[in-house]
Amino acid sequence: MSLINEQQLKLSSAEFHASTRSGKKSAWVIIWRQRYLYFMLLPVMVYYALFHYLPLYGATIAFKDFNIMKGILGSPWAGFKHFEYLFALDKFWEVIGNTLIISFSRLLVGFPFPLIVALLLNEVRLAVFKKSVQTIIYLPHFISWVILGGLMYNVLSLDDGAVNNLIQSLGGEAIGFMTDEKYFRFTMVLSMVWKEFGWNSIIFMAALAGVNPQLYEAATIDGANRWQKIGSITLPCIRNTIAILLILRLGSIMEAGFEQIFVLYHPGVYSVADIIDTYVYRIGLAEGRFSLAAAIGLFKSLINFILLVIANKLTRMMGENGVY
Amino acid sequence: MRLKWRSGLTFEVFNYSFLAFLAFITLYPFWDSFIVSIIPMGEYLSANVHLYPKSVTFEAYSYLLSMKELWNSYGVTLFITVLGTLINMLLTIMAAYALSVQELKGYRVMMFFIVFTMLFSGGVIPTYIIIKDLGLIDSLWALMIPSAINTYNLIVLRSFFQSIPKELEQSAKIDGCNEMGVLFRIVIPLSLPGIATITLFYAVAHWNEFFNAIFYISDKNLYPLQLFLRGMLFENESTYSGGGDSPYLLGPAIKMAALMVATIPILLIYPFFQKYFAKGAMLGAVKE
Repeated sequence: MSLINEQQLKLSSAEFHASTRSGKKSAWVIIWRQRYLYFMLLPVMVYYALFHYLPLYGATIAFKDFNIMKGILGSPWAGFKHFEYLFALDKFWEVIGNTLIISFSRLLVGFPFPLIVALLLNEVRLAVFKKSVQTIIYLPHFISWVILGGLMYNVLSLDDGAVNNLIQSLGGEAIGFMTDEKYFRFTMVLSMVWKEFGWNSIIFMAALAGVNPQLYEAATIDGANRWQKIGSITLPCIRNTIAILLILRLGSIMEAGFEQIFVLYHPGVYSVADIIDTYVYRIGLAEGRFSLAAAIGLFKSLINFILLVIANKLTRMMGENGVY
Repeated sequence: MRLKWRSGLTFEVFNYSFLAFLAFITLYPFWDSFIVSIIPMGEYLSANVHLYPKSVTFEAYSYLLSMKELWNSYGVTLFITVLGTLINMLLTIMAAYALSVQELKGYRVMMFFIVFTMLFSGGVIPTYIIIKDLGLIDSLWALMIPSAINTYNLIVLRSFFQSIPKELEQSAKIDGCNEMGVLFRIVIPLSLPGIATITLFYAVAHWNEFFNAIFYISDKNLYPLQLFLRGMLFENESTYSGGGDSPYLLGPAIKMAALMVATIPILLIYPFFQKYFAKGAMLGAVKE
């Protein structure tokens, strides 16, 4: 205790002297006072430098002929060779196409659905029922794609899966959800929506909870029915949340879900299932063509960056904080 | 009046049934897999839709639990979940607290340094090369250190810390607390729901560790649970011949048993954390 007091005394005297001298000196005093904070930030900054900024420098291998023996710095420059090769490659455009198709379909189904679920949950007055449904539908968000992939193989398998058994007992034809090129993307999109709709409904529930209840009371007195209240009060009140979430979602359109596809795809469906990330993994780690894989990754990062900056501009234009 | 009441009732019936249906299709795959894990092969092949088991056998579980590889990967996952989450929380709390003080000199520069990594990344291949150069390939540190801070979690926790009234911190400082004292005596105790939520997010991410492991771990002795499970579920050629029986003679039962063994810990802790994270995630979302 006495030690602390002593330190404080020293500090305040230092401050006193500093305030009588130049402003530059007093900046140092403030920094000294906040030394614990800088001490805490030191490992954090080292972490970001090592695992986020060093890879950024490593991305220069996209413009080099990377040789694992020579390292990042020692490998010879190759200019835009890898990009020229990529842009002429049919497979590259196929992969971009798959990524966009899967992402946009997911947005189309996966964005409005949690909103609808939140609106429906909001109409439930039986608290126990509401809580139980919420608890259950949040669950798959916490389960890995390896486990969910196993569940899907079990339930959707061609011969003995519950879903195909049901279809067949209703007189239908068994569907190769995971094996047929026609259905693979459909299965991916639907299972992603199945995993995340509950979790994504949380943010809409939060927005709904923020709507002023007096508005509903007034509308009830005016004789508005359920649908009129949703149309004229609920949706206009949460319009901003909806718009911002949609914009942010558009900003991550290049992410089609690596883990899910990686767990579930197989060579038989590569032509429809291969996304940028799975392709980068195979080209880079399986085939060892690091520079080419890094070039694809950099291309993706660049598109991502542009989309995120636009998304952020748009949210700011709407008077909100945005991501950064 | 009567007509209105009836249309309201129709909606109620539809609403409750639809939400119950959503809950059903969320749970059914888990239930179906559980049933498959405890029924004999004969019943699996004969029955159409297994809503309940007619006969029960734990053959698959006893085979599975005798596998050395299962216990090994369970140990790896427990280790990275406990130690990894500790590292995560230590660094995230320190960063979130320091950056919640906006009078900190260089605050904007440091914030930009961190948030920029959310906007632009070098990509997985350059990251792989760096991790390799750091000598972390086939080391469990590769599953904990490169993912030590999740920037999104950092920002959520920081907004939690910022919501604590400044007067509390100032009065603690007047009473002789330094920055460390303020952090441990004021900020952390007042942010427990947020800290519990973020801890859960990190712990679940480690439990589900898959992405980093397929890049950085090739030594089978260091496989975390999800990689072991992937081998059991999706690899046709068995590399896991523990005893005389190949697991593939037991067929789907052993696959689903493995799946259950990996899922059950999450199902067990989930209800306890559920009330925390719903609150925590909402707070984070609203403040964003």
